[in-house]
Amino acid sequence: MASPTAFALQVRDLTVRLGGTAVLDALSLTAADGALTAVLGPNGAGKTTLVRCCTGLVRPDAGEVAVLGRAPGSPDVTAAIGVMPQSTGAWSGIRAVELLRYLASLYAHPLDVDALVARLGIGAYARTPYRRLSGGQQQAVNLAGALVGRPSLVFLDEPTAGMDPHARRATWELLRELRAAGASVVLTTHAMDEAEALADQVWMIDRGRVAASGTVAELTTGGQTLEDVFLTRTHGVVG
Amino acid sequence: MSAAGTVSGPGPLDLSPAPGAAPAGTRVLRHALTEFRLLVRNGEQLLLALVIPLAILVLAALTRGRFVPLADAAPSVLALAVWSSAFTSTAIATGFERRYGVLERLAATPLGRGGLLLGKALAVALVLLAQLVVLAVVALALGWRPAYTGASVLASLALLVLAAVAFVALALLLAGRLRAEITLAVANLVYVVLLVAGGLVLPVARYPRVLQPVVEALPTAALGEGLRAGAAGTVLGWPFAVLAVWLVVAVLVARRGFRWTS
Repeated sequence: MASPTAFALQVRDLTVRLGGTAVLDALSLTAADGALTAVLGPNGAGKTTLVRCCTGLVRPDAGEVAVLGRAPGSPDVTAAIGVMPQSTGAWSGIRAVELLRYLASLYAHPLDVDALVARLGIGAYARTPYRRLSGGQQQAVNLAGALVGRPSLVFLDEPTAGMDPHARRATWELLRELRAAGASVVLTTHAMDEAEALADQVWMIDRGRVAASGTVAELTTGGQTLEDVFLTRTHGVVG
Repeated sequence: MSAAGTVSGPGPLDLSPAPGAAPAGTRVLRHALTEFRLLVRNGEQLLLALVIPLAILVLAALTRGRFVPLADAAPSVLALAVWSSAFTSTAIATGFERRYGVLERLAATPLGRGGLLLGKALAVALVLLAQLVVLAVVALALGWRPAYTGASVLASLALLVLAAVAFVALALLLAGRLRAEITLAVANLVYVVLLVAGGLVLPVARYPRVLQPVVEALPTAALGEGLRAGAAGTVLGWPFAVLAVWLVVAVLVARRGFRWTS
């Protein structure tokens, strides 16, 4: 289903203060409908807070967010988005396939869980409690959970963190298929190769503000790598 | 891990968007049943929900009233069941749901925050129903012969509901503010302290006279005394007032203080 706007996500002058510190500082960005948009930023840049604003969990102090043209957290939006959280996102005792069947039951037209399990290679540990899964296996289950409701827009918060190279590449292929099928994808990452391989549009954010934006080609004109641009435009947090 | 993208199994996956929410009732029911199943599988929670209350019942029956008469122990144990499930188990489970990002994930699904709370309430109600049936049947088998009247049954059921809502609100307040490990420790500590000193199992009249007004102001004592009186065919008014105050304050504070993320 096409969203009623050319943008799947519009963020304007978004400001969030936590404990007196501006985590997001008049941040403005967009994610085009049907595109894969990468939000790059060092630790503490505000990526997770941005996703939480988009899901309605964090109420901004100023600015606006429109998800599929509507307010975050509204019923039309929650039915049309999928979210892969950065942290675990599951009960420790729930079995992988049990979690996916439960999540599927919340949607009107979910993916076939058996097909999803097979596609993501979850079958080998389908009945394993979530707490006993490796970090990469948990990520695969979380990714499946974000896709099971057949969303128009998917938020993926560092989706391949903890995955081995095979699983990473397979996940990239799945995200390309997702985009080709018409879904919009917003992924946060600090993996430059991931953004280079996947993103139609890149937003680099630093200390809650946009530090640079453009396509990978636009950002790397002049012979710099994406990582060079990232290191130049953003601040690292050591320790 | 296994390769995340191994192409195998039943046919190609249609990833084209087809958004839509399941009916609200289905969502809440599926959530409640999921929480119920997880709780039943958790041995520690079952210890609180059934083993400790059953042990008190058996102790009362074996000691033939020297510890607590069965006429008091049976309704006391029903009160204890409400206390353990609605407060302690709910606080611990919700604290870890917040810590593990379960709340954050589910709030972004069609279940939403309201559906999550309703589903959680329904799960607690299912657990309570199962506990009350098991404990009442065992108490009757051990020789409990309550003297309920129509009015005292209704009053007891109303107190159960009032107390359950108040205890769940207190549990959410705890789980929504403190770290999961602190919630675990505090919920267990408060469980034990009020089990012993909160008028839950021991009638308030058995506490030192100077402490009785304090104990009577506790929600646990209000529930315990109310259920003991109900089982004896009497309806007390003050437990309703005490529980209503705790309920209103706990719900208001929990609404303001609850945090969905850790």
